Amino acid sequence: MDDHSAPAIRAEAIESLLIEKGLISAAEIDEVVERYNDRIGPLNGARVVALAWRDPEFKRALLEDGTAAIARFAFEGGQTEKLVVVENTDRVHNVVVCTLCSCYPWSVLGLPPRWYKDPAYRSRIVREPRRVLREFGLELGDEVEIRVWDSSAEVRYMVLPQQPAGAARDSEAELSARVTRDSMIGVEVLR
Amino acid sequence: MDGIHDLGGKEGFGAIEREVDEPAFHARWEARVLGMNLTGGGGAGRNVDHSRHAIERIDPAAYLTQGYYGRWLGGLEIRIVEAGVLDTASITRRALELGASPNDLIAARPSAHPDRIDYRPAEDGNRRGVQREARFVVGARVRTRAHGVPGHTRLPAYARGRVGIVTARHGGWVYPDSNAHGHGEDPQHLYAVAFDGRELWGDGAEPNVVVHLDLFEPYLEPLDG
Repeated sequence: MDDHSAPAIRAEAIESLLIEKGLISAAEIDEVVERYNDRIGPLNGARVVALAWRDPEFKRALLEDGTAAIARFAFEGGQTEKLVVVENTDRVHNVVVCTLCSCYPWSVLGLPPRWYKDPAYRSRIVREPRRVLREFGLELGDEVEIRVWDSSAEVRYMVLPQQPAGAARDSEAELSARVTRDSMIGVEVLR
Repeated sequence: MDGIHDLGGKEGFGAIEREVDEPAFHARWEARVLGMNLTGGGGAGRNVDHSRHAIERIDPAAYLTQGYYGRWLGGLEIRIVEAGVLDTASITRRALELGASPNDLIAARPSAHPDRIDYRPAEDGNRRGVQREARFVVGARVRTRAHGVPGHTRLPAYARGRVGIVTARHGGWVYPDSNAHGHGEDPQHLYAVAFDGRELWGDGAEPNVVVHLDLFEPYLEPLDG
């Protein structure tokens, strides 16, 4: 919806009235917007994944207590008061959703993509995950257990994808460049 | 609340539409709505459960058609109006001055008798100590509450009255069902509970699917045997 849509105009009406009352300032809002545009995004999560692929001790700590393990990165953005990282293997494929809202681990993945927040994904992924994942291009055999994590409380989930073949000699920076946002939501497998 | 927000398992929404190189915001107003919400909404308050419930109470058609930031905007307006910061008429007057149409669908549906929200968090964040011992151990079989409740809850309709296995204990947390309505934090134990796809969806379930939910203790009953 563009800036002339009904919600766009109503948002402007509310913002202007709140500013006139001295209850918020445009600069304060600008600061938040800038933070989410520039500093918070899936690159954070990609660094975590790359380190986990490289460092088995970090990986063990990450899977045990995600919040404690990522503390060293000092990411901004919130929504990870308790972060649970779930690992994809040859036998288990994890995928994350929030059916009631659009909960998402902002500090590691940034703001969620629109499809994550739309009714189609939220309604379908808990009921027909194999079909949805096929639409995303994933063909998973019936022997692979699909674990859907519906983030219904304040715990946030991130998927630790499997390391793609042929990445063994990559540097940590090269590894993190291979990690996509979608692989950390669980709708993509890295090749 | 059996609202439009409770989407898990609903059918008919069709294909998932993805975008290549999607920007963080698709229009300026979306960013302004995020900013207003995260800076406290000019007096709308910082009770996350109340804010979630306000979004659940917006016009259901708007919920489906005005997008994520449209939902946040509707929730913000409900909270601002219910808190007495602005009134609906003055917002509408300003919107008309700015070029709105009198026929626009307005997402906000503030209550004439709102909950009194005077939230002073006991601590930062949402994790809390709970004096009572946790009722369930990892591995316990539990059945979820069978019916909905009128207010805010984190038990989705698709998982009501279902049997699952506790797979993790997440400790104590602010209880959204209480906090959303200004009835206090009432911390409760929280559990990860795994449900087999067939338990949720019957014979039509896809093979080898397990759905995990994080559920508060009051939603769960022990299952013997």
